[in-house]
Parts: sequence; C-alpha cells; structure tokens
Amino acid sequence: MAPKTLYDKIWDAHVAHQGDDGTCLLYIDRHLVHEVTSPQAFEGLRMSGRKVRAPEKTIAVPDHNVPTTLDRLKGIDNEESRIQVEALDKNAREFGVVYYPVDDIRQGIVHIIGPEQGWTLPGMTIVCGDSHTATHGAFGALAHGIGTSEVEHVLATQTLIQKKSKNMRVEITGKLSKGVTAKDITLAVIGETGTAGGTGYVIEYCGEAIRSLSMEGRMTICNMAIEGGARAGLIAPDEITFNYCEGRPNAPTGRLWNAAVKYWRTLFSDDKAHFDKTITLKGEDIAPVVTWGTSPEDVLPITAIVPAAKDFNGGKVNAAQRSLDYMGLTPGTPLQDVEIDAVFIGSCTNGRIEDLRAAAEIVKGKKVQDGLIAMVVPGSGLVRLQAEEEGLAEIFKQAGFEWRLAGCSMCLGMNPDQLGPQVRCASTSNRNFEGRQGRGSRTHLMSPAMAAAAAVTGKLTDVRELM
Amino acid sequence: MEKFEKMTAIAAPMPLINIDTDMIIPKQFLKTIKRSGLGVSAFHEMRYHMDGTENPEFVLNQDAYRNANILVAGDNFGCGSSREHAPWALLDFGVRCVISTSFADIFYNNCFKNGILPVIVTDEELNLLMQDAEKGSNARMVIDLESQLIKTSDGQIINFDVDQHRKHCLINGLDDIGLTMEKVASIDMFEKQMATNAPWV
Repeated sequence: MAPKTLYDKIWDAHVAHQGDDGTCLLYIDRHLVHEVTSPQAFEGLRMSGRKVRAPEKTIAVPDHNVPTTLDRLKGIDNEESRIQVEALDKNAREFGVVYYPVDDIRQGIVHIIGPEQGWTLPGMTIVCGDSHTATHGAFGALAHGIGTSEVEHVLATQTLIQKKSKNMRVEITGKLSKGVTAKDITLAVIGETGTAGGTGYVIEYCGEAIRSLSMEGRMTICNMAIEGGARAGLIAPDEITFNYCEGRPNAPTGRLWNAAVKYWRTLFSDDKAHFDKTITLKGEDIAPVVTWGTSPEDVLPITAIVPAAKDFNGGKVNAAQRSLDYMGLTPGTPLQDVEIDAVFIGSCTNGRIEDLRAAAEIVKGKKVQDGLIAMVVPGSGLVRLQAEEEGLAEIFKQAGFEWRLAGCSMCLGMNPDQLGPQVRCASTSNRNFEGRQGRGSRTHLMSPAMAAAAAVTGKLTDVRELM
Repeated sequence: MEKFEKMTAIAAPMPLINIDTDMIIPKQFLKTIKRSGLGVSAFHEMRYHMDGTENPEFVLNQDAYRNANILVAGDNFGCGSSREHAPWALLDFGVRCVISTSFADIFYNNCFKNGILPVIVTDEELNLLMQDAEKGSNARMVIDLESQLIKTSDGQIINFDVDQHRKHCLINGLDDIGLTMEKVASIDMFEKQMATNAPWV
C-alpha cells in the first residue's frame, strides 16, 4: 500500500461517496454549533421540512454573544444578541441536539468545551460554522470551519461535499527557549508562511517541539492554522492525547476505549508519505513574539523595532502602510516602548487552564498598571472553576484583573466586551484585523505570559525579563 | 439559489491585499438571524465615517462604482472568519463575481453556495483587470462562466479554471442539499459500517 499522511488516513476513513470528478461526500462525526452562524441553517431545515440527521452528534452552545459579567443571568441587554441566543435555545430544543445553555457550568467557547467534554476524539471529522474549528486538529482529528449553507448541509445529511486538500508538513525541531510558548510557535509559523501560505493545504505539525507540548498547547497551535490560510491543522495523537481524552464525559470506556486507542495508534503519517510542501523551523530560533500590524502575519520578536512600509514588497507595501497608520505606530520604535491601554487574556486560542496558569505565574504578587482595562475570561465554566480551585482567580483579582465568566468576550466584540477607537490592547486572541475588538481598536497578538507581562508594565514587554 | 448567467457589468477596483471577512462585514452585523439586508453594511468601516456619513474615498461610494457587480481585489481575498454573512453582504449589494489572485478557502466555498463566482487569475491578469476596472462605469467587463472567460472593456480575453461540479451547480442554480439527498443510501451504508468499525464515535 502506498504510504499515507495522517490527513490521507482520516480522509479515506470518511468518504461516504465519491463522484467521477473526485468530489466526495465526507461523513462528519461531530458537528459543533453556535448561535451566530446557525440560525439561518435551522430556518432552512424548517422551510424544507428537514430534520437534523444525527442530533446525538450535534453539539450546540452559545458563546459569541453572551456577556461575561457576573450578572449575565439577568439577561442580555442588546436585543439582537438576545434574539440570536434565544434562537439557538429554541432550535437546539426543537431539533433535539446536545445543548449546553448559558446557565450550565459546562457552557463555554465551543472549541474549548468540545475537547473538554470528550466530544473531540482522535481520527474524527469535526466541523463548525466557525473558522477556529481548526483547534480540534490537535487531537489528530480533521477539523475545519464551514459557512452557514454548509452548516445546513451537515445538519440535514451529516456529510459535506468536499475535494481533498494538499498536504503540508510544518516541523518544529528541538526545544523551546525560556518564555516561548505554543502561541509564539504558531505566530512564528504564520510570520514565515504568510496568511495565504496555507491556502489549499491541510497542515500537519510535527517535530520535537510540538511533541513536547501539552494538549492545551497543541490546541493553540492548530487553532491558528486558519490564520495561515490552511483548511485544517493536525497533530498526530500520542500518549499525551490519550491521557487527555481518557475519562472525559463523552469519551468511550472499557472495551470500547481499548478498541479506540488501538485504532488511534495507527493515526500518524507513514514514513515516505508525500507532502506537497514542507517548512522547518528550529525551536531554539523562536523568540517570544508580538504582532505589530493588522494581519496575523505581521509578527516580530518582542526585541525588534516597528518596521517601515518600504521594508516590504509588492502589495504588502501599501498594506503595511495602512496597518502602521491604523495601529498608530512609527517605524523604528522599539516594540518594547509601545504603551498599551488594555489587556485581554482568554479566547479559543488561549482560554484554557494552562494559559491561565502561565499568565498567573507572571502576575503573581504584582499589580496591573493603573488605568489599564484588564480582564481574564476563562474559556469555559469548568476552566473557571478549576482556576478558582487552583488559586489562579485570586492571583488575577489581587493583581487588579477583572475575573469574568466564560465566553468569546473581547476576541471579536459581538458582546459588551469591546474596545473603543485607538485603544491599544495586548491580546491573547487570534486576529488583529482592523476593527476586530471594536471599531478603531488596536490589537497586538501574543501569548498569555506576554500579555500578563504587558499588564504589569503597561507596555509591550519581553516576558523573559519578568521570569 | 439564483442561476449564474453571463454578465456584462461594472467592475470596482480594490487593490488592497488580505481583505478579510471582518472588513467585508464587521461583527455587529452578524447578529441577524436572516440572510438578507446586509448590503448596506458591506465594507462598513471603510465605507462610512464614525458619524455614519459616507467616506467619499471608498471605491463603492464613487458614482462610477455604486452599481458595480464585479470586484477586482488584491491577493487572499476573504481571509479570516468563516462568516457566510460576507458573501451574503456582497450579494445583497449586488456583487455576483469577485476576481483575485487567491481566495481564502472558506470564503471561496461560501461564494459558490450563494451564486457568487470567485475567479482566480494570475498576477499579470489581475493587473490588467485592475487597470480595466479603474476606467470606471463606461468600461464594462464580461464574465462568461459557460465559456470560462473574462472579456475586458477593450476586448482582451482571459480564460479561467473552475471546478466542473461547482460550475454546473452555479449555472443551474442547484441546491447542494437536494443533490446530496439523492445519495442518502451511501450515507446510510457508511453509518452502518461505522457502527461496526468505530463504535466509539
């Protein structure tokens, strides 16, 4: 048999029908649903008299619109947000899908709770009307975002019409230096490939630096595969993966668990499997990084200076100038001299327990600079609970952070957590696009430890100096 | 879905690279539970000042381009969020065709589901089409999906590739779900096999 990549193996195991032109019906094992991209899909089913084909494989949770303040159970003030959350509530109950409402302790960001509840398992196909579905690739599951028409298609048929992508291998060799985390790796890779570098590919991340990451770190890596343009990111499952999955509420048990693990151990890229493109970075060469512009590819080590438009080529010259103007930055300024107004720690990229531990480690015994907006938003109710039990919440509160309830929060500003014009934010989220965190707001992406360091000093900071 | 027929239309030039779906339709407009009515909000932050008045510098606010049905845009158009609100907003504005050197994957898929044709061309071809689009409303571009060609206002022809299944669906206005439902026996069979091979799923 010809050697196969991990992607090839998962793909082949899910083709329910193949047309003459190579168009496939790919069977979908798990369909995650949130309130923003699903109402039109459920309405489509209703209009055509269709049902959800596999409600037991469909998991719904509100996350984008929900407020994160402690009083949120009194209701959502914004009428449109409230209607959207109510629509999900109605649709979930009417169509009988698995549902975690806003008052359930298990509620949280869809990409945090899928793995947490054991819905996400190796070898699966997983989709969601959300580009950060790539997160679940950390388990060796083929996971990617889809549009609302495709959400309706999956609800109705449990399949997706697909053509296969190409294979890309991203290898991170060796060990990471002090202060360097999964977020720095994933940003550094995008800095290398550009935001369109992965277009048409599924990326498999491998190498010693990836293998040594926890599941939380691996999820951060795969989460941002989409920011590099890839359809999905994958990491082959191993003992770290199996240990994470074992005992989760919806993971198999007993004989089924053993059978599953036996199969999961076959999920790796064969020697000599063909990759259409390979990129290798040395772990030792990656520094703590931040973004300076309005594209996730605008990545620099924290020790660098703000670039000038003339440092770039082609269409990027104008784009860089536009970014510098929008971000209010002067070329030549050391990044570490850039003062910030806000700090956001959370999101599907960095809202897990390990992220909060890393941030708390830096903040412990210190204070957030006066006048900063600073909030920590756990990715799920259970992450929040665990952080409270571990004493992390107390560290954040003592330092002057707001300690919020779970949700997407300030990552995208569909809820009350938004930034004003020209407010500069050190953010652990995934997109620094114009207007992403609020119209005119300025986002610098970085790791939780780096964001925590920025909170303490009030400017972009090399976290290694606080370690 | 509305059929995609041969069109002769005004093309608006948008030479910026990496136009993301947050730019095409910002977050505050994602709160709708409908597909329609988003055209007025398309490119909101580039199109309107903070006080809600139009920004005259934005291409679609210029008289020559208010009725554009084609966008000619820089590389990596539609990157970022999966929001189908982006093609819904373009469609509602009247855009039926977007031309660029590359598109983000999810946006590209979403276009076909909504009767919008995304066309991928080379750098040289994009330069030519951008120059043609800059001529304004007197210059009409022809998009012929059947023949897979673009004709510029001065008669130059550019051929393009498109997936044949997608072309067929676009030309005939076919709904994917209906087509897939015809293969339900294959899905049933697959689920039966899964129950044996991977009962933990």
